[in-house]
Amino acid sequence: MTCCNRCYYGVKIDGVPSIEELNASPGYPSSVVRNRPLAYIECVEEIPCNPCASACPQNAITLEKGLTSLPEINPDLCTGCGVCIAACPGLAIYVKAREYDQGLSSIMFPYEYYPLPEVGDEVDLVNRFGDEVCRGTVLSVKLSQKYDRTAVVKVSFPQAYFNEVVSMKRLPVKNM
Amino acid sequence: MGKYEVVIVGAGPAGLSAAIEAASSGCKVLIIDENSKPGGQLFKQIHKFFGSKEHRAGIRGINIGKQLLEEAERLQIEVWLDSEVCGIFDQHKIWVVKNKKKTILLEADRIILATGATENAVSFPGWHLPGVMGAGAAQTMINIHRVLPGTKVLMIGSGNVGIIVSYQLLQAGADVVAVVEGSPRLGGYGVHTAKIRRAGVPFYVSHTVAAAEGNGKVERAKIVQIDSSWKPVPGTEKELEVDTICIAAGLSPLTELAYLAGCEFTYTPVLGGHVPWHNSRMQTSLEHLYIAGDISGVEEASTAMEEGRMAGLQAAASLGYMNDGEKQEKEQEIQARLDDLRSGFFGEKRMNAKNIIFAAGGKQK
Repeated sequence: MTCCNRCYYGVKIDGVPSIEELNASPGYPSSVVRNRPLAYIECVEEIPCNPCASACPQNAITLEKGLTSLPEINPDLCTGCGVCIAACPGLAIYVKAREYDQGLSSIMFPYEYYPLPEVGDEVDLVNRFGDEVCRGTVLSVKLSQKYDRTAVVKVSFPQAYFNEVVSMKRLPVKNM
Repeated sequence: MGKYEVVIVGAGPAGLSAAIEAASSGCKVLIIDENSKPGGQLFKQIHKFFGSKEHRAGIRGINIGKQLLEEAERLQIEVWLDSEVCGIFDQHKIWVVKNKKKTILLEADRIILATGATENAVSFPGWHLPGVMGAGAAQTMINIHRVLPGTKVLMIGSGNVGIIVSYQLLQAGADVVAVVEGSPRLGGYGVHTAKIRRAGVPFYVSHTVAAAEGNGKVERAKIVQIDSSWKPVPGTEKELEVDTICIAAGLSPLTELAYLAGCEFTYTPVLGGHVPWHNSRMQTSLEHLYIAGDISGVEEASTAMEEGRMAGLQAAASLGYMNDGEKQEKEQEIQARLDDLRSGFFGEKRMNAKNIIFAAGGKQK
């Protein structure tokens, strides 16, 4: 028998959290179905860290039991502004909107590679394993002093891939 | 003979923090470092640090380094660079070779050793080939000297060092062909492993490097699966086309000076091996000698800075620069921040190991 589906063994073997690990974490709003933007925090291990909570202007991210507990997202308070994306030292947060436009979703994610994509570029979008899942169009590339060189890239892509997309493929380095 | 109240060996995060704490309390402080620039490993750390605001979370290591240097400058702390401490004897005497030229004898009322740690090596057939290097060496090349050691890298070891350096190699423009990890589970923080996995880097757990091959330089690596007793599993060899093999197999505390000085030692497998016994105030078995940072057990820069502050505070307090009330208040603040950093899934192991050291009860001489 051949097996074509990827097997998921969890963060300590694959290096990325499994769906079960994400569903069990309070920062990943897996059960929320909504069209407007929402932050997804892929933080499944208790490490002493809280810049996401300090950064959120809506107090939508909280750490219930102090510095080491997992961040919890309150979808009712989250406006999807994306301030937490560059604040997370682990680059573990992205903001997705299921319905950005007709048939299109959008994602904002952290990006720390040069060259940066440019608005209008067609880029390859990837899942947690780095597999290319679809193409997307760059809508914006934000770099502010507060982000301290972590760019926040916003891309639109076909809604069918909403659940899979987490980032984009690194662009080739020029002048190597 | 030059005389100082506090002499600190090592200008990394622990040493600089110790100096800042002691000098801001009023001590006359000298820092000695064998490197040509202060900052230790901080200026290689281009990623954002974890923690809370009090631990400078969200700030990149390089910027924390700049902040510490600015504070040290503002406090007019004397720093000798390119200067090696070769020995500590008669309790308070320090032998220094200054600027690689001149041998000098110093006297210090209090000594703080913040010498850091060194990378562990792993030997395998072909490990002598150019292209095999420590992960820390690769990190120095890309982040300090801006030289790419290779374009196709195999990383040995999935602890935070291996994973973070893999990420930084990607940022520098290299491809990381694979990360191999001998144990059946990845070592580093999940957020770090996820970052490089979504960039397409595969992980091989229960694998090790079997050989490096090539004509005068690394051209290929052979990796192999290992069983629970770390024996290669026949028939599982894979060949990877790489030009660089980085080794991230842990760090060992640099403890020679503490040994020369006569400190009692204790063994801590979790924190890197033999370390000078010390109490929670970072005091060793020699009353006037303190340690901070990786020499006291390998952790991370955030804890090193807090330990440095603790050692600097204790040195200053023991020289009479503050009353008991002030000392206790500051001590509790630092301890609370340390406790925070040593909490959670990863931190607790370090906390337990530290507590075992403290309880080992070295005698003060």
